[in-house]
Amino acid sequence: MTVIDPENAPLTADIPEIDEDERARLKARQLEKIGKWILPAVVMALMIFGWDRIVVWNEIPHYILPGPGRVLSTLIADWAMLFDALLVTLQITLLALAVAVIGGVGLAVLFTQSRLAEMSFYPYAVILQVTPIVSIAPLIFIYVDSRLAGLLICAWLVAFFPILSNTTLGLNSADHNLRDLFRIYGATRWQRLRFLQLPSALPYFLGGLRIAGGLSLIGAVVAEYVAGTGGIGSGLAFRILEAGYRLNIPRMFAALILIAVTGVVIFAGLSFLSHMLLRKWHESAIKREG
Amino acid sequence: MSTSPAPIGQRAPVLHMESVHKVFGGQVVALSDMELQVNEGDFISLLGPSGCGKSTALRLIAGLLHPTRGRITWEGGQGSGDLGVVFQEPTLMPWATVAQNVWLPYRLRGKTYNHVKDEVLEALKLVGLEQFQNAYPRELSGGMKMRVSIARALVTRPRLILMDEPFAALDEITRFRLNNDLLNLKAKIGCTVIFVTHSVFESVFLSDRIVVMAARPGRVIRELQVDAPYPRDETFRTSSEYAAHCRAASDALHIAMGEAA
Ligand SMILES: Nc1ncnc2c1ncn2[C@@H]1O[C@H](COP(=O)(O)OP(=O)(O)OP(=O)(O)O)[C@@H](O)[C@H]1O
Ligand SMILES: [Mg+2]
Repeated sequence: MTVIDPENAPLTADIPEIDEDERARLKARQLEKIGKWILPAVVMALMIFGWDRIVVWNEIPHYILPGPGRVLSTLIADWAMLFDALLVTLQITLLALAVAVIGGVGLAVLFTQSRLAEMSFYPYAVILQVTPIVSIAPLIFIYVDSRLAGLLICAWLVAFFPILSNTTLGLNSADHNLRDLFRIYGATRWQRLRFLQLPSALPYFLGGLRIAGGLSLIGAVVAEYVAGTGGIGSGLAFRILEAGYRLNIPRMFAALILIAVTGVVIFAGLSFLSHMLLRKWHESAIKREG
Repeated sequence: MSTSPAPIGQRAPVLHMESVHKVFGGQVVALSDMELQVNEGDFISLLGPSGCGKSTALRLIAGLLHPTRGRITWEGGQGSGDLGVVFQEPTLMPWATVAQNVWLPYRLRGKTYNHVKDEVLEALKLVGLEQFQNAYPRELSGGMKMRVSIARALVTRPRLILMDEPFAALDEITRFRLNNDLLNLKAKIGCTVIFVTHSVFESVFLSDRIVVMAARPGRVIRELQVDAPYPRDETFRTSSEYAAHCRAASDALHIAMGEAA
């Protein structure tokens, strides 16, 4: 009897007989492996090529639609300024995400520990979530002096709810037999939280975190649009607005690309984190055969 | 350190259930005036049709429910670690290794792993899984998971182990093997067990006392003794003695079901 480690299980070489199903499966897997990267890259290349051709063939002026080459050269030329702006946006995004994690998990733990707290405050968490951030943001900037604090609050408001609701769900979804077992063994509240509820909630929390990562970027960008002028210490959203006023369309595109790339990187990073934390035991992180 | 149990009449009591009554929602009588004395070394099966209150009885003993009337008392009072439990599902923590799962009852009593490592490994050895201590539950078969669950239940050497249809979800071959292993375990560590089952054969093979229960209201209708000596093995399964006990238990079960209909 040995434990089969699915990650190191032989794929092809050691299987002497390969039947029809097996061949089809291998082929599908290979296709999957290649296609996952190649296809999007091909689509992107085609789109950029098409974009370029449209601009060139129709002789569209760059202040209406710049070609990809021009966007790229702007990105390089304005890199110092755009990179500073990127750092500002990134800083707000990550800070908001961190506060959302602390606030979301903290509230979720409070809610599962005290039904009274949950009944009292959960409705307000929902209200905060369903009210569009653009409608609250102007008020926030009236009452909060610090621009950074205002941006943070906005981004946090958008990002914390998925963490709160997912973590609450996770904390409450611990196996009921295990709960009974903990009771039988006389576990304290803290032990139950630490050894049972938090581990059970981890996959749910990580799912919420991935959503919150994207949302906090959205929150940061939207809040900056609302906050408007900033001058020094302005983020990407402000650079887009500013470039728009000056009809510097290539720079708008360059900043937009940076925002999109940031979003993708955040998502990929959180997905990777999630995979690393769950790969040993959770179904979602285990590759299955067939 | 094989311990053969004393004759049933001479065993020291562990737990008393005195006219225990449990009503759910003011109307469902799940258990009606149950009397049971559990003695050291007993292997008691609760046998009966679905809904006769077997799980309710176990949950009352485990302290997860409180009797509507009547009393459950532990001889000499109940200490922590006096009870081990095995559910129908293995109920392991998927994020923890086999050894960490078995450590749980100690961990909840504040014992570090290094402190109780020997006990944990000993328990795993008893169920034949010592080389799997670092595996995660998902890497194990259903039968192996059940063994881990049993190791966890006995790691503290509790005075009483409760098992609620632990092998019902397993295939017959695995179930037979686990039945044999359970008896070997009992011979080695002399544990006291209350074992809930639907299976006449399982109850006769394993236990020295069979408590037959009927439903609506849930109650004990008969207690049978299986006085065949331990250790029991495959030859017992084919003996005429076994067949006779099975017939008796089966008759009692039919009475229980007839009354319930
Ligand atoms: N928490 C509860 N609330 C209400 N009724 C309950 C509850 N738990 C059990 N019952 C009822 O009590 C009766 C006995 O249930 P119990 O689970 O003890 O039966 P059982 O003998 O274990 O059945 P099975 O063999 O199907 O597991 C049933 O009629 C059941 O519907
Ligand atoms: Mg039951």
